[in-house]
Amino acid sequence: MTNKEIISSENLVYAKPELMNDNTMHYCPGCSHGVVHKLVAEVIAEMEMTEKTIGISPVGCAVFAYKYIDIDWQEAAHGRAPALATACKRLWPDRLVFTYQGDGDLACIGTGETIHALNRGENITMIFINNAIYGMTGGQMAPTTLIGQKTATCPYGRDVHLHGYPLKITEIAAMLDGTAYVTRQSVQNVAAIKKAKKAIRHAFENSMQGKGSNLIEIVSTCSSGWKLSPEKANKWMEENMFAYYPMGDLKDVK
Amino acid sequence: MPKIDGAIVVDVNRCKGCNLCVVACPTHTLSLTTKEVNHKGYHYCEDTGGGCIGCASCAIVCPDACITVYKKRTE
Repeated sequence: MTNKEIISSENLVYAKPELMNDNTMHYCPGCSHGVVHKLVAEVIAEMEMTEKTIGISPVGCAVFAYKYIDIDWQEAAHGRAPALATACKRLWPDRLVFTYQGDGDLACIGTGETIHALNRGENITMIFINNAIYGMTGGQMAPTTLIGQKTATCPYGRDVHLHGYPLKITEIAAMLDGTAYVTRQSVQNVAAIKKAKKAIRHAFENSMQGKGSNLIEIVSTCSSGWKLSPEKANKWMEENMFAYYPMGDLKDVK
Repeated sequence: MPKIDGAIVVDVNRCKGCNLCVVACPTHTLSLTTKEVNHKGYHYCEDTGGGCIGCASCAIVCPDACITVYKKRTE
């Protein structure tokens, strides 16, 4: 059978999510951001919430998230996305409100906003991309950088005596009474991507049912910041990141 | 025995040549071009093996959403 016979709309298996527009994403080749953007776009379309979703984009690599997914967006100051999401959700309780933040945004500059929004039980979802580095600014050490990991600002590796320990903000979130669903996922292969998509769907549904705040950490790669090829970055993540940031649900209130 | 044939269409100019689809393909059908580049200068992915089964693994892992997958079942 020739490709011409197969390629027709009734045989379609997978296509670019309908909410994702034709702008080429500015992310580096192989960046996990693109996969998570696709999942968010797919879940919003499946929930039929296209006209009722407000995304809060952060400062960091995902600063231009509003250019790629055709829903309503707000751009927050660095780390302040949970505060802006709180305002949006309180003013429009029928909207699906989520933030999309990196580790430098959510776990460093915005730690206060993150913890308090989660603790207040705001009915929002935070999608937390943890790549253990400040990707956009050139690969500096982040609070989530692993012990011994080399970055631009710790060229000899992260030293516990000098820089402290990597911050497990997802574990902190699981301790808070306001959170409904706290999970840690990854997107390096098909199975992991399917699990991550289910987690995003579950969190979005929780936030619409008023169950409390939801945090989805997605352990991601930064091939440019780590100075590895996308393929090797995925392998490095599996070997090093997963040991310190184990996968799975930390909290799921029924 | 039913046979499943798949085919992919790559949005060449969206591709950044990250190679993740090539790694994800279970039938080793995909590969990056060695000479040709897209308008951004990246080697893009293409179906060279002809063994596509339409599993969509390549499209699911593609961070730039540049692969469309089709699948047809024949008896």
